[in-house]
Amino acid sequence: MADISLIQLNSGEQGKVKKICAGGCATKRLYEMGFNTGAKVKVVKNDAGPIIVSLSGNKIALGRGLAQKIIIGN
Amino acid sequence: MNTIALVGNPNSGKTTLFNALTGSNQHVGNWPGVTVEKKEGVLKFNEKIYNIVDLPGTYSLGAFSEDEIVARDYILKGNPNVVINVVDATNIERNLYLTTQLLEMGAKVVVALNMIDEAKERNIKFDIKALSEKLGAPVIPTVASKRKGIEELIKQSIELIEKDIDFKANISYGENIDKEVEKLKGFLNNKDLEYPSQWIAIKLLEGDKYIYELVNKDENVNSSNEFKNVIHNIKNNTEDYELEIVDKRYEFVSNIADLTVTLPDEAEETITDKIDKVLTHKWLGLPIFALIMLIVFQLTFTVGEDLFGELMGRGIEILSEIIENLLIIINSPSWIISFVTEGIIGGVGAVVEFVPLIVVLYMLMGFLEDSGYMARAAYVMDNIMRALGLQGKTFISMIVGFGCNVPGIMSTRTLENKKDRMIAILINPFMSCGAKLPIYLVFIAAFFPNNGGLVLFFLYLLGIVVALLMGKIFSKTLFKGESSYFIMELPPYRLPTLRNVLRNMWDNVSGFLKRAGTTIFAVVTVLWVLAMLPLGVEPYGQSSILGQIGLFIAPIFRPAGFGTWQAAVGLFSGIAAKEAVIATLGMVYAGVSQGAELVSTIQEVFTPLTAASFMVMTLLYIPCAATIGTIKKETNSYKWAIFTVVYTFAIGWLGAVLVFQIGSLLGFS
Ligand SMILES: Nc1nc2c(ncn2[C@@H]2O[C@H](COP(=O)(O)OP(=O)(O)O)[C@@H](O)[C@H]2O)c(=O)[nH]1
Repeated sequence: MADISLIQLNSGEQGKVKKICAGGCATKRLYEMGFNTGAKVKVVKNDAGPIIVSLSGNKIALGRGLAQKIIIGN
Repeated sequence: MNTIALVGNPNSGKTTLFNALTGSNQHVGNWPGVTVEKKEGVLKFNEKIYNIVDLPGTYSLGAFSEDEIVARDYILKGNPNVVINVVDATNIERNLYLTTQLLEMGAKVVVALNMIDEAKERNIKFDIKALSEKLGAPVIPTVASKRKGIEELIKQSIELIEKDIDFKANISYGENIDKEVEKLKGFLNNKDLEYPSQWIAIKLLEGDKYIYELVNKDENVNSSNEFKNVIHNIKNNTEDYELEIVDKRYEFVSNIADLTVTLPDEAEETITDKIDKVLTHKWLGLPIFALIMLIVFQLTFTVGEDLFGELMGRGIEILSEIIENLLIIINSPSWIISFVTEGIIGGVGAVVEFVPLIVVLYMLMGFLEDSGYMARAAYVMDNIMRALGLQGKTFISMIVGFGCNVPGIMSTRTLENKKDRMIAILINPFMSCGAKLPIYLVFIAAFFPNNGGLVLFFLYLLGIVVALLMGKIFSKTLFKGESSYFIMELPPYRLPTLRNVLRNMWDNVSGFLKRAGTTIFAVVTVLWVLAMLPLGVEPYGQSSILGQIGLFIAPIFRPAGFGTWQAAVGLFSGIAAKEAVIATLGMVYAGVSQGAELVSTIQEVFTPLTAASFMVMTLLYIPCAATIGTIKKETNSYKWAIFTVVYTFAIGWLGAVLVFQIGSLLGFS
């Protein structure tokens, strides 16, 4: 699987965080909220509005702009 | 006295644990210099007492927000004897991330592995002994909401106070960084700094601005050119170091978690997932949110007012008669009788009458908050908010503002970016707080008794709409620029505990009662004196000083339909505290119509239309003094506080005038 951004995953799909390409501050916050490299994320909902992902069973809502900057690999 | 500090992620159950430890022995204040709330309490155990300090809930101990700085400064400088780290067992890795930071700071840590019941339900298994060994800190499983494991936790914490153990997380950050750390430590050691040198070294590499400033200001450290070079070098590479450090910390945590925690293979759909399918649904989410709020106000009105409100009113009336008779029996001078019955009971009593209503409203709001729904409300509102140049989390501060604007404004510090935060602060006063409720209720009882819940709902809705419109205008004019990113945890739905709901309610209601006994009492006293002077005038008449002040202001409100001096005085006193509006009306009208009920007097002097415009005015106009003060403190400028006073008055006036003028045109009266 080529690298794609989190926003391109559909509800129910999952992957691992490969890289985050946001500004320093946002990147750090994402890391601290659990989006560290290698973290398994599963998209719970991705239609209108912020996307909801599950990080080991815990749900986090992310703005679409931010989700775009999370690169998913496998 | 020994001190135990509580640290943990938001939603880890820290407040519940704090309450379990301290019972009712607690008080809330502020951390010096900042508006972050400081909660302290006392724990009694085996005849000894311990001071418990609740630190703000954070994900990390960096310099990201005021909360984080407060928490870490306290751990490093406040010298708590033990730190209890509340860890959410269902979210172990992210929570242990904070734990490692505590250990790195050299704090004596006891881990409360909370929510262990939920973890069990989700089939997450722990090897507690191994976990404790790996962390080098005691780990006690707890269920704070059921008070399980608390005693063991206390015992371990107390034991630790006596012991002299070296707590340390020895994280290797990789060859490169470790080398830099050692180099920095060479400069920092023996320099008598406020923090441990290893920790400072890591923070410098993480690009922590506060620590950088601190070191930079310290002449002991900063004197050598060599050091300056090293720092300069770091500054150019922080971005890499910073993330590398976080990554390594996570690696450290993951390694521990892998060895000590067994997660279920495939998480099955939980109840939370099922509920969320509906409550966060693309189309249903918003209408459901509106419906929930409507139900809240309808219930508040029905239970609080119809069921208990009348009882309360009658109780106060009877009390008033008893006191009056008593005063007559003991031959008190008539001015005392007047002051007590018309001033105090007419004024303060008019406010106290609404306690049942406030109780119901705060219980319902507390229920929603504790259940986890509030985060969903912010989620479903994010789209609308974004279209207006705001963001979803701003909405949470608005909902908090429904209770009281002061915590509403304080809660804006979770907004990471300055623009979002300023706007959120400036629009918060439009959120109708609990103290305004009594005003609406008197007018609803007078004119719209059959549609109380609905009228309330529309008033609150109008507040939201005006707040959002102003937000849009501000983001287009005063604060341009990007809105910050949106990231928010959606905690699992939980059935709120009665204890939490009651406590939350009591915190608010006791504040309400305290204000009735202090601010409102003071306002009423001053107004009563003004209503009696100059000596010889008809009390509560137009020619009293109070009447003259009112007459002076009243013309401003003529276009809004309520240009009476009484209404003007009421609104004026409402700047002290919102309840004072009704206290004042109670006093000036009770004076006029001798013991007649406030509601029936209002029916005589207002019409349904002017009642509506008056309610809109009270909804929108100048916030209370406490709120203005908080705005000053949070924005750190008088300019914005004054700006808020002026612009909210303009908006309130405009709103009331529009209601009255358009209403008149349409033939309402
Ligand atoms: N099942 C379960 N729920 C808990 C436990 N501790 C706290 N809660 C609930 O978790 C929610 C959040 O708790 P709170 O103390 O407000 O968290 P805080 O944000 O860390 O202060 C509340 O609804 C509590 O009733 C626990 O050990 N087990």
